[in-house]
Amino acid sequence: MSKNPKKLTGSEIVWECLIKEGVQVVFGYPGGAILHTYDALNKYSEKIHHVLVRHEQGATHMADGYARASGKVGVAMATSGPGATNMITGMATAMMDSSPIVCITGQVPSPVIGSDAFQEIDITGASIPVSKHSYLVMDISDLVSTIREAFYVARSGRPGPVLIDIPKDIQNATTDFIYPEEELSLPGYHPPKDVSEEYISKFASLVNDAEKPVILAGHGVLLSNACREVMELAEKSSIPIATTLLGIGGVPDSHQLVLGMMGMHGESWANNAIQDADLLIACGMRFDDRVTGNLKTYSPNSKKIHIEIDPSEINKNVKVDLAIHADLRTVLRHVNPHIKKMVRNDWLDIISGWHHDSKRRDILNLKSDKLHGAQAIRKIWEGTKGDALIVSDVGQHQMLEAQYYKHNEPRTLLTSGGLGTMGFSLPAAIGASFHEKDREIWVIVGDGSIQMTIMELGTAIQENVNINIAIINNGYLGMVRQWQQMFYNARYVETPISSPDYVKLAEAYGIQAYRVDSLENVIPTMEKAQKNAGPSLIEFKVEEHEVVYPMVPVGADLNDMIQRPFSDVYENGQMVEKETAK
Amino acid sequence: MKQTLITLVENKPGVLNRISSLFRRRNFNIESLVVGHSETDGVSRMTIVANEPNATKRGYIYFSLLKLVNVIAVKDVSSLPCVAREFILIKLNTSPEQLNEVNSVVKKYGARIVDMGNETVIIEATDEEHIINELIDGLMPFKITEIMRTGKIAMRRGRTHKVSSDKINAAPDDIEWKPEQISAYQN
Repeated sequence: MSKNPKKLTGSEIVWECLIKEGVQVVFGYPGGAILHTYDALNKYSEKIHHVLVRHEQGATHMADGYARASGKVGVAMATSGPGATNMITGMATAMMDSSPIVCITGQVPSPVIGSDAFQEIDITGASIPVSKHSYLVMDISDLVSTIREAFYVARSGRPGPVLIDIPKDIQNATTDFIYPEEELSLPGYHPPKDVSEEYISKFASLVNDAEKPVILAGHGVLLSNACREVMELAEKSSIPIATTLLGIGGVPDSHQLVLGMMGMHGESWANNAIQDADLLIACGMRFDDRVTGNLKTYSPNSKKIHIEIDPSEINKNVKVDLAIHADLRTVLRHVNPHIKKMVRNDWLDIISGWHHDSKRRDILNLKSDKLHGAQAIRKIWEGTKGDALIVSDVGQHQMLEAQYYKHNEPRTLLTSGGLGTMGFSLPAAIGASFHEKDREIWVIVGDGSIQMTIMELGTAIQENVNINIAIINNGYLGMVRQWQQMFYNARYVETPISSPDYVKLAEAYGIQAYRVDSLENVIPTMEKAQKNAGPSLIEFKVEEHEVVYPMVPVGADLNDMIQRPFSDVYENGQMVEKETAK
Repeated sequence: MKQTLITLVENKPGVLNRISSLFRRRNFNIESLVVGHSETDGVSRMTIVANEPNATKRGYIYFSLLKLVNVIAVKDVSSLPCVAREFILIKLNTSPEQLNEVNSVVKKYGARIVDMGNETVIIEATDEEHIINELIDGLMPFKITEIMRTGKIAMRRGRTHKVSSDKINAAPDDIEWKPEQISAYQN
């Protein structure tokens, strides 16, 4: 600690603290109540890059995308009132998906708080249900400790969004800037550190005694950087792995033990394996209703181990036999040496038996004059060699991406899982691009979703970020249309949606744009987009009535899936198997 | 079954809001909540009574509370030996002729008359919840015009348990939550 501390304003302290936290980029939008802080940015613009967004929701998704891609805390900034309320959706998205972001909002001057002043809103209160924690700084001397706490709370334990609301007069007040070096300790906040040996040996013996184990790999695998440890456990004991939507990428999809995604639109063999298992090893996942189906019949004969950093998730939906409240990586590092080497050929054979008719049900084998969304996404996988960072939005294309784009590396799929926030992908990809500067980035988004945050095309071109935007345009809010088709007698109420001419629109923004409506043009058009250094947009005109299969209807048993109807199987243009309807 | 939780919280603005917001959004049924200063500066102690019959959900309430950053410790004392008390003020409309009768009820329950007006009396009592309920029943024949109850406050019997950081591991036989086994106060 220096003996002659600098006298700084609250605004300057904000930037100083961000620099101390290692922040390199802030996504935000100025306004009256945060103007002091923006004014001070001038002095720090060499150390921190500010990205001017088009809507504060975009700022939060960008911070979120940056956080998910990097594992670091993302930062969003906005003014009071509408600026702050626009952040609510982004905070809720980050909350549901455990993404560490810090949102800094300006507030009306402290003496007028509570008077309904211009652009005043109680964002500290309003953010309570959508944030891990929130702070209102009412004294300049609390500012440094508050910012430090906010970052610590956001990134530690189960990560999440934290809000700091700073009144205008606090931003303008001055104080000695002293940044303590010692570690933070909060009286009521203690993320778990270690795990007792007792649980490790119980864990190991459950695994060693099991005949039909399945690992359920969730977002926690990525958040605790336990990808290698999970694979080590799986390989040593020959355990198949099913992933959640957010767990995709945590384990390599190309690995023979990886079954793919579980749940509502998961692979049927993954769901069958879960239902048939005698041991589930749930790693950093929370048994969401979209992955369990009917809870009463969920994996009825299995013992369940749940390794989870958030104690309130344990036994919430599914009662478990062994609950370990700890960091996943720490647990697996302890347990792996106690796991016996095993080959479970019988169990793996049973699972591969469930693939038997999958080829005939695969949409990729469908002969059609029209381009299908799934085919376009599969081509994007081919055209990027499976190496791109994909940011998907919410809807049919999201599920098709999860099924048809195979991810082999962690943090290469970013998507809004828990909240299902339409409009997430474009801003999240812009955010991620500030971390993944060398990786190819593709946004896969529907025509409904893109129109929720399409204004961020402006941010993309102003920052000239190198992202490719693939709009899968079927003219419908496709997932809702699918539900109407299946459960509402095909009454398509308010799901046909018009689109602008995306190519013209992109060109108006100064973005290179292309349109594709046939399978053979996908790769050549992608290649054009890949050559652009800045943003590019491709509109894929696809079959309107595509349905995502397989599907577990809401409330049905996990293995009671609606399958895609059989179709002929073609290989290299030749029919190799005739459709035989059952 | 009613669940009684003793909670230590940082005495900061908005903490009560965070706790009540948690109960509302998780759809937990809160029966009473009492908060006041504790023996430590900057720390308040709460007694929360929740009305949740489902054992799993009781565990969920416990851990959701514990998760809040401003909550220092939570102890589920539902089935532990405690001194539990509630305070009540009751206003009656009475005539002077009824006073003797009122007095006998008041004495029976160890309550006190703390104010007497021309036509009203105010009675105070401190006791366990069921005794308070009986007192109200006993006074029913008279015209009760106001009741103010504090809700339950509770304190564990025996020595003071040190508050320490929490470490929770559910035992394998913990199919049903037994919050007392997963204590935030370590004995």
